[in-house]
Amino acid sequence: MKKSELPDPFKNAREETGIGKMNDQNDPVAMFLRHKDVRKGAHNWKTFQSGAIPGRIVVPSEVNIRDLRQIPFEVDPPQHADYRAIIEPWFRRPLEEPYTKKLSEIITTAIDEALTQESVEVVNTFALPLQSRALTVLLNSPYSESETWISWGTHVFRSEGDPLDGDKAEVLYTYLDEKIEEAIKNPSGDLYSKLVESEFEGRKLTKDEIKGIMVLTFAGGRDTVINTVTNSIAYFAEHPESLQQIKENPEIINSAVEELIRYFSPLTQMGRVVTQDTQVCEHAAKADTRISLCWASANRDEAVFKNPNEVILDRKMNPHVGFGFSHHNCLGATHARQLMRILLKTLAEKVSSIDIIDFEENIEDLDQFKRKVGFHKINVKFNSKNN
Amino acid sequence: MAKITFITSDDEKITLEGTSGSVMALAVENNVKGIDGDCGGVCSCATCHVHVAAEDIQKTGEASEIELDMLELDDNTNEYSRLCCQLEITDALDGIVLQVAK
Repeated sequence: MKKSELPDPFKNAREETGIGKMNDQNDPVAMFLRHKDVRKGAHNWKTFQSGAIPGRIVVPSEVNIRDLRQIPFEVDPPQHADYRAIIEPWFRRPLEEPYTKKLSEIITTAIDEALTQESVEVVNTFALPLQSRALTVLLNSPYSESETWISWGTHVFRSEGDPLDGDKAEVLYTYLDEKIEEAIKNPSGDLYSKLVESEFEGRKLTKDEIKGIMVLTFAGGRDTVINTVTNSIAYFAEHPESLQQIKENPEIINSAVEELIRYFSPLTQMGRVVTQDTQVCEHAAKADTRISLCWASANRDEAVFKNPNEVILDRKMNPHVGFGFSHHNCLGATHARQLMRILLKTLAEKVSSIDIIDFEENIEDLDQFKRKVGFHKINVKFNSKNN
Repeated sequence: MAKITFITSDDEKITLEGTSGSVMALAVENNVKGIDGDCGGVCSCATCHVHVAAEDIQKTGEASEIELDMLELDDNTNEYSRLCCQLEITDALDGIVLQVAK
């Protein structure tokens, strides 16, 4: 097996029953594995709700470590649309030229620096700093803030060996409380200030609502982006011809990014709580139980994707659900797409090849399934085109 | 060369000329409101949904199964719905009118 390969552990279950079973802190999850069921489940918010008690739709459940509702993620229509309307324009700023210019500077600097080093541990010293520095552009915060975020490590809630570390969430919450107070006293042009002045249903957002939006922004785009960047580096290390293909055909960059997102599926699944007894693939889903939409499995569904386990950078039809689907689709997708497009372009321009020195895989334990999502660490050597 | 007219949700009429590429790309380059083309044209996001004028349906042809599945779960879908990333600009599209769905 290639080091950059992410196997599909769901194939048999997807074909045989369409449902996976996962016990999660005594609140079991029935995982939808087929592309069609995943999309329909995501669309059907009346039966499969997001607005359950905070933390319950996340797998593994965060019910025991937080009470704060993440917004608009844990809200159902119609309020969902009102919250989303407040922040949607802000999260589309990545399409503007000054924004992409800043992202491009951050990415170019990171690659130039990596090219000078004998070896680079990609997860902690390339992808994490890149993600954090890029986040300053999304938040319109000072660049120096990224140093604090880098110091938090690779996951805002999780720490090594303990997937549900409440103390770590507290660090983020305390930080956000300070930033929100600061924005109230001295409004600037950042996202906190934008939220402080925003209105929902004819009133100002509460501090908890602002915090709920900010936690989502920090948590949703952290290990997902880090895994996507890291997995891309590993992929290009084993496929230098792909870098050349992008260099010669830059018009494939958009579809290449979509294909990498499909293949990596950086977020394995997202849960919902069942509101009324129903049935999916002969599985009886009872009210007040949990189901999940397994994006990673849907993205390898042979019924939809030809050669689903191959990365085909210029794949034309690619209805992947790597950014989720329907009204809750990823708010940060525009940012992530721009980051990845610029990363691919810059790598293709500057890097001739990448050597993998050693690595440690990151395998998610999903009970019935074990899924590789990326790496805990991977040391590589970037080789310059100019040598 | 094809002239393609977009009618946006606030009834603005925009006629653009294109020679190649997708109709979505033409709309995005010219900032047609309501057409975002987030996924760059691989049929995964439905942010380029249009309603083809009834008399132009013959010119655009029919949606593929993957496109129909996508449209089935989008808002404002009707029998004239298409994702315009799947419409390749050719002379055959000259004169078509597309109502932007969003």
